[in-house]
Amino acid sequence: MYRSQVLICGGTGCTSSNSRKILDAMYTEVEKAGLSDEVKVVQTGCFGLCALGPIVIVYPEGCFYSQVKTDDVTEIVNEHLLKGRIVKRLLYTETVKEDDSILSLNETGFYKKQMRIALKNCGVINPEVIDEYVGQDGYLALEKVLTEMTPEDVIKTVKDSGLRGRGGGGFLTGLKWQLAAGNAADQKYVCCNADEGDPGAFMDRSVLEGDPHCVLEAMAIAGYAIGASMGYIYVRAEYPIAVSRLRIAIDQAHEYGLLGDNILGTGFQFDVELRLGAGAFVCGEETALMTSIEGNRGEPRVRPPYPALKGLFGKPTILNNVETYANIPQIILNGSEWFQSIGTEKSKGTKVFALGGKINNTGLVEVPMGTTLREIVDVIGGGIPGGKKFKAAQTGGPSGGCIPASHYDIEIDYDNLISIGSMMGSGGLIVMDEDTCMVDIAKFFLDFTVDEACGKCTPCRVGTKRLHEMLEKSQTATAPWKTSTSWKSSAITSKKTRCAVSVRQHRTLCFPPSNSSGMNICPI
Amino acid sequence: MKTIAELKAIREAAQGSKNIYEGTEKEIRIVVGMATCGIAAGARPVLNALVDEVTRRKLNNVVVTQTGCIGICQFEPVIEITTPELGKVTYVKVTAEKIPQIITEHVVNGKPVEQYTIGAYKK
Repeated sequence: MYRSQVLICGGTGCTSSNSRKILDAMYTEVEKAGLSDEVKVVQTGCFGLCALGPIVIVYPEGCFYSQVKTDDVTEIVNEHLLKGRIVKRLLYTETVKEDDSILSLNETGFYKKQMRIALKNCGVINPEVIDEYVGQDGYLALEKVLTEMTPEDVIKTVKDSGLRGRGGGGFLTGLKWQLAAGNAADQKYVCCNADEGDPGAFMDRSVLEGDPHCVLEAMAIAGYAIGASMGYIYVRAEYPIAVSRLRIAIDQAHEYGLLGDNILGTGFQFDVELRLGAGAFVCGEETALMTSIEGNRGEPRVRPPYPALKGLFGKPTILNNVETYANIPQIILNGSEWFQSIGTEKSKGTKVFALGGKINNTGLVEVPMGTTLREIVDVIGGGIPGGKKFKAAQTGGPSGGCIPASHYDIEIDYDNLISIGSMMGSGGLIVMDEDTCMVDIAKFFLDFTVDEACGKCTPCRVGTKRLHEMLEKSQTATAPWKTSTSWKSSAITSKKTRCAVSVRQHRTLCFPPSNSSGMNICPI
Repeated sequence: MKTIAELKAIREAAQGSKNIYEGTEKEIRIVVGMATCGIAAGARPVLNALVDEVTRRKLNNVVVTQTGCIGICQFEPVIEITTPELGKVTYVKVTAEKIPQIITEHVVNGKPVEQYTIGAYKK
C-alpha cells in the first residue's frame, strides 16, 4: 500500500511544457530516495488548469505544484516526500492561505464552482492502466446494463435523464438511441465523434487522453441499447496522445473481455475500431464523418434519411460526441433522476468548456448547466489579464457567435445561447478583451470556413468567400460595410447547404447587430 | 478475460488509492513527524505501518500524512492523531509494533492509549 501518490499531468497541454521529462525525473528521484514502495508516481490526464502547467499534485496532502521544472523534482522528493516539508515556493498561490496553511484544491476559485461528471476521472487515474479505471467503478455501468437491464430500460434511463448531445446540436441522446433501436437491420453501428475541429476546443481530446475507457464503456452500453455489435471512433490524427491511449485502452479492454465476443460471460458481443481523420473540418459533421469511415471523400450527404435509419454503410447508426458518451456510465450508475437534478429546466447535467483567449486560467472546466458566463470568466477563469474589460466570448466554433458584454450574466444552456444568437457548440469558449477587434475575429472564423468548406454545396463554397471579401473591403474602407447585405448573403449561405458547417455565419459577423463598439468601428 | 467477480476484486483493491485522493476531506488525521530527527529515530516504518493498518481495516475516514519537525526531537518518532471527539493527541517514541494497538483503541474505539502519549511519558 502506498502512503503517498504523486500525480503528474500527461495531457497535451502539460506534455507540451515537458511534463514527460518531469515524470521520468520523478521516477528516478523517488527510486534514488528509496521510496518506490511507499510513493506511487502516476501519469494522469488533464487537471484542467493548463495555464499553470506542468502540474504535479501530491496526495494525501493535496499539494498543487504548478509550473514545475525538471530541476524542481529533486527538491519535491527530498523535501516533501522524504521529510514531509511542503515546497511552498512551487505551490499554486491560490492554494496558500494567509496564515501559510494550505487550502484544499476544491476550495480554490478555479475548482470550487466546477462539477465534474464527464471529467470525473481526468487527472485522477492513469489512463493507460485499466485497473485504475475499474477501481473508480469503471465498467460497473456496463456490468449493470448487461446483467440487470433490458435495452429498453437503458434507453429509457438515458432519455429520462434529459442528456442532450454535447457536440453542439443538443439533440436528446436517448431519443436518438430510441430511433436507431426501432429500426430493424442485420447490422447496426455505434459511432463516436472525436473529430473535434472547432478552433479553441479541446474538451474531447482531454477526455480521451484522461479517461479513454469511459468512452469505450459507454459505446458498449449504446451498442447493447440499440442492438449493435460494432463501433467506430473517428478521431483526429492531430491528437496523437489521445490516439495512442485509445489504442492501449482498446487492447486492455479486449484482454479483460470487456470488448469482443461474449462480454463478461453474458453472450453480448461488441467491438470498437479506430478511424483517424485526415484533418478536414467537415468530417466532424455526422454524414461526412460516416462517408469518411466508409473510405470515401468526406462530404456531407443529404438528410433525410437520418443516420438512425440509414447511416454508416447504409445501416442504422448512432453517432454521439465524446463528452456525451462520457456522461453515460455515470447516468446508468446514479440514475436518471440524479442527472435530472443538475442543470436548468431544459438542459440537464454539466458542460465542459475549453477556456481560451484573453483569460488568466486557460484550461478545461466542467460546470453545471445554468452557470453564468460571468462566473465562468471571472471566478473560474480568474478574470482577464491586465485588468482589461470583457468585450465578448465566442462560443460554438465557426457556426456559433460572440456573446457581448451586455449578456455577461446569461445563464449558459442550449436554449439561452440560441435565444441570444449564439450556440452551445462543442464547448470552446474564447474570451476577448477590450482590445480585440471584432472584425478580425469575424474574419478569422470566416477565413477558417473558407478553407474548410468541402466544396460540395455552392452557397457555402462561394458564399463564405464572398463574405470574407466583404469584410476585407470594409477594413480597407473601399466599400462600407452593410450589415443588411452581409446578413442576407450569410442567410442564403446558411440555408441552402447540406450540413451546418457554414450555417449562421452572420452570428459572428453581426456583433452586436447595432452597437457602436461592434462591426464598424475597430478599436485597433 | 475477467469475470464479474474478478472485476469486483480489482475495484476493492483500488479503494486504498481512492482513499488517498480524498485525503483533504477526512474527519480523522494522523500526522507523522518526518523531519531528519523523525526519520533518524525510525519514523518511516511507523508511517508505513500506519498506512497498512488503516488500509487493512478499511478506515475510510482516516488520512495518514506527514509533516516536518514537530519540535520535540527527543521524543521522536512522534505521531499526532486528530479526531472530532478528542481533538489532538500526541504519541511519542512510537514504533511500528505499537501501531495496531493505537489504531484499534484510539481511532476505532475512541480511547487513547494513554501510556504511549506525551503526557504519560513525561511523568
